[in-house]
Amino acid sequence: MLNLTINKKAYHVDVDPDTPLLWVLRDTLGLVGTKYGCGVAQCGACTVHLNGEAVRSCVTKVSRAVGQKVVTIEGLAEKADHPVQKAWLELDVAQCGYCQSGQIMSAAVLLRENKNPTDADIDAAMAGNICRCGTYLRVREAIRLAATSQRKAGNG
Amino acid sequence: MKPHPAPNPRTSSLLKIGAALSFIIFITTAVTTVSSGERARTGGRETPLRTGSPRPARTAQDRAESVEAFGKVYKVLMSPRCLNCHPAGNVPLQGDDSHLHTMLPQRGVDGKGVFAMKCGNCHQATNTPGRHTPPGNPEWHLPPANMKMVFQGRTPNQLAKQLVDPKQNGRKSMKELLEHADDTLVLAGWHPGEGRTLPPMSHAEFKKAWTTWLEKGAVAPAP
Repeated sequence: MLNLTINKKAYHVDVDPDTPLLWVLRDTLGLVGTKYGCGVAQCGACTVHLNGEAVRSCVTKVSRAVGQKVVTIEGLAEKADHPVQKAWLELDVAQCGYCQSGQIMSAAVLLRENKNPTDADIDAAMAGNICRCGTYLRVREAIRLAATSQRKAGNG
Repeated sequence: MKPHPAPNPRTSSLLKIGAALSFIIFITTAVTTVSSGERARTGGRETPLRTGSPRPARTAQDRAESVEAFGKVYKVLMSPRCLNCHPAGNVPLQGDDSHLHTMLPQRGVDGKGVFAMKCGNCHQATNTPGRHTPPGNPEWHLPPANMKMVFQGRTPNQLAKQLVDPKQNGRKSMKELLEHADDTLVLAGWHPGEGRTLPPMSHAEFKKAWTTWLEKGAVAPAP
């Protein structure tokens, strides 16, 4: 049995410690907001937060998460109202939407560490999240909007 | 109390001349000793090295052995397994052709990436199974921004000098340089994960060459 804390909730899972965290999230716990894209940390669709860092859960063994804090897209904000999520909706960023949970989780790390990112900062932070629909310009615009909202709300 | 007799002017002059001669002889001897000592320590040609730096080569044979050993060291350090994390720019290199790392992750201040693109987000503590998957190590990182320790593009002469310069080598002393052969990231070069070529010699051979190069004077090959 492995003890995990995901979205502030404790879980006890009976899985091989080498199982990718992504499979535990999706198949064992039913948290399917996190997506499988490439399986080799090349696309970013599976990004979740492990102790606040945007790890690729497809290559992260679940054993790495034992006793640590995991946050998925389901737990990023209790009411799904993180500034990035709100900006995503406001600007209709998603086209097919498959990559968006990974994009949003990466953007949230950026805005936590840099309250007023330049376009170069955004590009550096988001370079590991691929969007096959090519919504990169809207992704960038949404991050700018979220940064502005965050600062206006006094969180920046 | 009996007063001291007044000094005889002639005796006094002789004493002064003798003292002056002694002083001149002392200074001359001291300067000669320091000078010959310095020549002995530096081989007569090398720049005096800073504290903590390798001892200069003592003999021509030492110099030759040191240079020969560095030839082997250089081959390893310029192989993709070492070179790829010592790039000239701020993006690590990847693959046996040392192309820019896909996704263009940035070095960052501490060499561990930036924002959502930190090395440890993909590179785990161990190699991920399969080809074209991220190799792993708990310490995975580039040199920091304030001391980039670039290998890419360095000639043997440049790299040898850089490696023993504390201002460019991570402030490593001679002892730390010797120990660096067994650093966890150095060793990772010989466990690169599937589909990646190994450095051009075994770690034991590399360590022997590294140690020989340093202990025989860390001589830089001719430019």
